[in-house]
Amino acid sequence: MPIFWGIHAKPPKIWKIVLGLLPFIILVSVYLTASHVRLERNSDDKLLPSIGKMIQAVDGLAFTKDKRKGEYLMLRDTLSSLKRLIIGVLAAAVVGLFLGMNLGVFPGFNALLMPFVTFISIIPSLSLLPILFISFGIDEMGKVILIFWGTFILITRDMYLATKAIHEEQIIKALTLGASQFSIVYKIVLPQIMPRLIETIRLCLGGGWLFLIASEAIAATDGLGYRIFLVRRYMAMDIIIPYVLWITFLGYMMDLILRLIIKWRYSWYVEMRKGG
Amino acid sequence: MVKKDISYLKQKNLLHMENIYKIYDGKVVLNDIDLSVSKGELCTVVGPSGCGKSTLLRLILGQERPDKGEIFIEGKPVGFASKDRGIVYQKYSLFPHLSVIENVIIGKKFTAGLFAKKQVFIEEGMEYLKRVRLDAHYNKYPHELSGGMQQRVAIAQSLIMKPKILLMDEPFGALDPGTREDIQVFLLELWEDIKMNIFFVTHDLEEAVFLGTRIIVLSQFYTDGLPNDQNTPKGAKIVADHALERIAASTTVKKSIKNRELIEQIKLDGFSPEYLQRISEFNLRHPDSFQTI
Repeated sequence: MPIFWGIHAKPPKIWKIVLGLLPFIILVSVYLTASHVRLERNSDDKLLPSIGKMIQAVDGLAFTKDKRKGEYLMLRDTLSSLKRLIIGVLAAAVVGLFLGMNLGVFPGFNALLMPFVTFISIIPSLSLLPILFISFGIDEMGKVILIFWGTFILITRDMYLATKAIHEEQIIKALTLGASQFSIVYKIVLPQIMPRLIETIRLCLGGGWLFLIASEAIAATDGLGYRIFLVRRYMAMDIIIPYVLWITFLGYMMDLILRLIIKWRYSWYVEMRKGG
Repeated sequence: MVKKDISYLKQKNLLHMENIYKIYDGKVVLNDIDLSVSKGELCTVVGPSGCGKSTLLRLILGQERPDKGEIFIEGKPVGFASKDRGIVYQKYSLFPHLSVIENVIIGKKFTAGLFAKKQVFIEEGMEYLKRVRLDAHYNKYPHELSGGMQQRVAIAQSLIMKPKILLMDEPFGALDPGTREDIQVFLLELWEDIKMNIFFVTHDLEEAVFLGTRIIVLSQFYTDGLPNDQNTPKGAKIVADHALERIAASTTVKKSIKNRELIEQIKLDGFSPEYLQRISEFNLRHPDSFQTI
């Protein structure tokens, strides 16, 4: 049995760990080497700062109070960004869930709104940015709405598809058990598409971060995206790189939490997906 | 043919339909179906695949509407699916997000007022689960049960609502042979025990003859006597209608000579494309059988 090559390969567990770590090790070593070479030539080089330099920078932003504002800047950036992201994506999830579900269940509602939803889904979200900033101002509202807009269409369409994927037998069966139309929507359809909603949120968070950072880069006074675009002017890679890693870590944690919620709360969904 | 008083049948019988047509995209699937089924019957419907037997069941259920004709339950026309007709499908009858006991009592919850006590439902639900011998599994999810167990839960789920008629669409079609015989015997015991009305669609002739008190053969293989009529697509009709004796709830009956002969006869009447009966020759000797012209 081959360990690595070909479609019959079955890497043993220890191999999987080693193989999984390999790209990370390569990336870090390439960086360290390149950084070392450049700093050797010019000790003021800003492009590839040393690990020590980055730790110093993080220490200054994360663990020292800012003199002017009396706050920990990195904490403040993180909290502001997370607040925008979570409000935007949650609002998108709620609207997308109810809109998509009703589009899927009620043919009349579908006839009324489906062409419209399809139309607005093609608008590139970022092109709305100036409109949002002009109409909602440059404070929180504009950013939250951009994140909302960028994610809710996808959630709506996915919830519509998830609703459509529920077998007609289930609906008819519920009717023969005396269900009202209200019960069908909220006791049969809604609980069955909830785990799918969480999966969709997982996918949409990537887009959510994109719109968050884009809007913070353009107009903000704090936030993770604001910070990296602010220090870009001074070519402060020692701040940008740790911030990018921090954003990645936050994204990963959110994804992990959502995955665990599905595993704990919706065991039937996990099993059904396995069984096909 | 003896002329029967059709309006009398309609009044007396549980299920009644006259001149039912179903047409999909200009293609006739059901061609002038006349059927009347009395109370307490376990009526099985067989026919070659694609003959429209499931369509007939869906019409009775209210999942689809006939293009012509009307269907009556206890003399009243049927509307959309509602709780006077229960259904057990081959698959997807259970709600995957609910545990077994919740699946059984969900109908009770749907129809209860705001202040109903859940505990009462659970006790009643457990009674039904005992009846289908699954009370030990009340807390599991459907995916944790075998196919046969799932179908028994689905039966309990329907029965708790005390439907006037229980419709079953190839309910045991996905089960392996051993499980299938067990659940057939189980269904017969249950049927004798609580005297319900069952309308059972299957493509398995043996199953239909074994279970039924009456067997309806639906088939598109017949001739209306016109020249070249083999080439014109025409929908299925009821080509045979037999009363069956209920002997005993034992699978040995399946092998009896009388049953074998009946099965051979039905195979000829309904399942062989080469043998085309004339409409006037259909074996419709069941007392409730009728044909409108």
